[in-house]
Amino acid sequence: MFEPQIMCFLCKWCTSSAADAAGTARLHHAPNNINMRVMCSSRVDPQHILFAFKEGADGVFLGGCHPGDCHYVEGNYKTLRRITLFKPMLETLGIDPRRLRLEWISAAEGKKYAQTMNEFAEQIRALGPLQLNEKALVQEVVKDE
Amino acid sequence: MTAKTPTKTKEKRIGLFVCHCGVNIASVVDVEKVADVLKDYPGVSISTDYVYMCSDPGQQMIIDTIKEKHLDGIIVAACSPTLHEKTFQEAARLAGLNPYQIEIANIREQDSWVHTDKDKATKKAIKIVKSHVAKALQNEDLAPIKVDVNRRALVIGGGVSGLQAALDIADHGYEVILVEKNPSIGGKMIQLSETFPTLDCSQCILTPKMVEVSRHPRIKLLTYHEVDSISGFVGNFKVKIRKRPRFVDETLCNLCGECEKVCPQIVPDEFNMGLSFRKAIYMPFPQAIPGTYTLDEEHCLGLSPVRCGKCKDVCDKKAIDYDMKETITEEEVGAVVVATGYDLYTMQALGEYGGEKYEDVVNGLEFERILSASGPTGGEVRRPSDGQVPKSIVFVQCSGSRDTEHHLPYCSKICCMYTAKHAMLYRHRVPDGQATVFYIDVRTGGKSFDEFYQRAVEEDKVLYIRGKVSKIFKEGDKLIVWGVDTLTGKKLEIETDMVVLAMAMVKADGVQDLLKKLKVATDIHGFVAEAHPKLRPVESLNAGFFLAGCAHGPKDIPETVAQASAAAAKVGDLFAQKELVHEPTVVPVNDELCSGCGICISMCPYGARSLDQDRGLAVVNEILCEGCGACAAACPSGAAQQRNQTDGQIFSMLRAMLRE
Repeated sequence: MFEPQIMCFLCKWCTSSAADAAGTARLHHAPNNINMRVMCSSRVDPQHILFAFKEGADGVFLGGCHPGDCHYVEGNYKTLRRITLFKPMLETLGIDPRRLRLEWISAAEGKKYAQTMNEFAEQIRALGPLQLNEKALVQEVVKDE
Repeated sequence: MTAKTPTKTKEKRIGLFVCHCGVNIASVVDVEKVADVLKDYPGVSISTDYVYMCSDPGQQMIIDTIKEKHLDGIIVAACSPTLHEKTFQEAARLAGLNPYQIEIANIREQDSWVHTDKDKATKKAIKIVKSHVAKALQNEDLAPIKVDVNRRALVIGGGVSGLQAALDIADHGYEVILVEKNPSIGGKMIQLSETFPTLDCSQCILTPKMVEVSRHPRIKLLTYHEVDSISGFVGNFKVKIRKRPRFVDETLCNLCGECEKVCPQIVPDEFNMGLSFRKAIYMPFPQAIPGTYTLDEEHCLGLSPVRCGKCKDVCDKKAIDYDMKETITEEEVGAVVVATGYDLYTMQALGEYGGEKYEDVVNGLEFERILSASGPTGGEVRRPSDGQVPKSIVFVQCSGSRDTEHHLPYCSKICCMYTAKHAMLYRHRVPDGQATVFYIDVRTGGKSFDEFYQRAVEEDKVLYIRGKVSKIFKEGDKLIVWGVDTLTGKKLEIETDMVVLAMAMVKADGVQDLLKKLKVATDIHGFVAEAHPKLRPVESLNAGFFLAGCAHGPKDIPETVAQASAAAAKVGDLFAQKELVHEPTVVPVNDELCSGCGICISMCPYGARSLDQDRGLAVVNEILCEGCGACAAACPSGAAQQRNQTDGQIFSMLRAMLRE
């Protein structure tokens, strides 16, 4: 069976802490995700997302603080705006925008984190592997070093 | 922008230490395999595993290996960095390695504890570790950013919050400059009659504090002064303070009052909310501090002896000087407390209640003056229009508050309590008078607050009607209040002698200009925004600015005093530091790549970035940068790169995680 690779960018203050909390509570979930801790979800540049797709991610996940709770006041709103604008662009590049997911998960929501990881893995599994032609298009946008 | 990796230090030597955490990691992740696979990974000089890395022997092993193998960076694959990052940074420091060369790969909370499939969990651990090696190869040695602190504070506002903050900071042993724009300190609290829920006299409890401030050896009191401009940053502000001319030398004035007697100009008295009159040369109230007369330029017939000059003629002390000019002085401070207070929502905004049209419809502060022993009626309840004792008063709560559709959506917090107090004091002074209160809800959250409200209802027989007032108008010498009792559903028409509106509290008039100068952020209602609503309630987002009192939002006296003391304590925290130390993982500007577009400046919530006009480049004040990286993600030319989390590092990590 196809096992997708899911790249997760997690805010240090909330969703990464939620991932730790899920661990502490031993909330087992699908192992498809691989996490990168960033200071704020607003640190994530759409370029990073495209690069992740190019390098082999089948899905990309962004976890930030709930609206109003951002450690940096408004970083999550910046992220929301960026992702909202970025999704139609993904579509024009031939990548199903459902492969990119943004969720607000607080440090207290270990359970929500584990559930979301399972759900998203399931969704990407259903979408199947990111197709080569999709990759080709991304390659045009993100040039290799 | 393309994915660029900065030139790697080719000979960088990385050490990997994989922790078993007893069986916590080792039972799910094949730790030996992880260490083994990584042995040949580019840059890895040594890769090993151990049962408990955080134990003393584990840490010693790391220290010894760093020294022995001349490592330039290490990865500890173990638990979450929130637990032991500091531990391993300290170990590295002991081994002579820069603490910012340490990477923690989280293979416990985010791997072994959440997965059961050994093979998959091990593969995942390998990916996680590889990504950290990729990052470590590009980590720079960093040192905390340090700047000096000027241990003097500026407090803006001389109300109860400013006074409390100034006294506390001064008592901590630091110098304070207290700036108040009005002729006297005391703020709104000095205008109040008695205070809930204990009914102690406001002047009796505030005047000792005012005197203490004026006499404190470490407080420089600047009344009739305003902040003109401010520059600099936390610990190092330069403030320009404008002195408005008082035309009276406060060191000479002996308060004889002769000037006031001869002054021909009569002006509504601000202290009494316009319910009485003062002269153009005046003392705001008898206990005013500093104790001096002030000549109000706006209402004086003209600052020339040719035009009037009566006050100058009678002043024996020669204290009056018509030639005084506005002056600007500069002060250097390290912290600023914003205690600029509040104002009341205007009567004009509530036209249907007739506040502007009818003298006998007054707001809460006007009624405070009517109740005050030092007020225009000497504390007797008399209505403004004809001086008669009102036989009935209708109190309208939430006048402008909690009305999302037409007025202000928020609760002004203190009105329920002061309305109960008003009604109670009215009933004490006019025992046969009828006090009726219209309310939406009665909110009495506070120590001894509900008991106070119950007393108003039960002992003082105040009639509470749940409902809103739709219109207030005059018929003869009576006021007619139209309202509805929402508990019975009946329409009401009440004839009354006087109406008191519990007007909403709003941001202080004109404060937005000051806050703009300070670059202090506000909420949508113009109140000063706190850095975090729960965890940093007395700090502004802009480092070095602290907030106290109603400048931050409606609150009562105890809460104001508590917040002022908290703000002073935070100023003390700042001043107690030998120098300010700040995380170096900030986002500097690469001058060669920056085009000066200014996008990063608009991204920064801390005002850390600005445009250097001369060079046409963005510049960053590193002490203000909190390192969120929002600007780095937005910079179209890649000139904004977060230290030790550059785009190059992120791309390398992604490749290490995903490619194989």
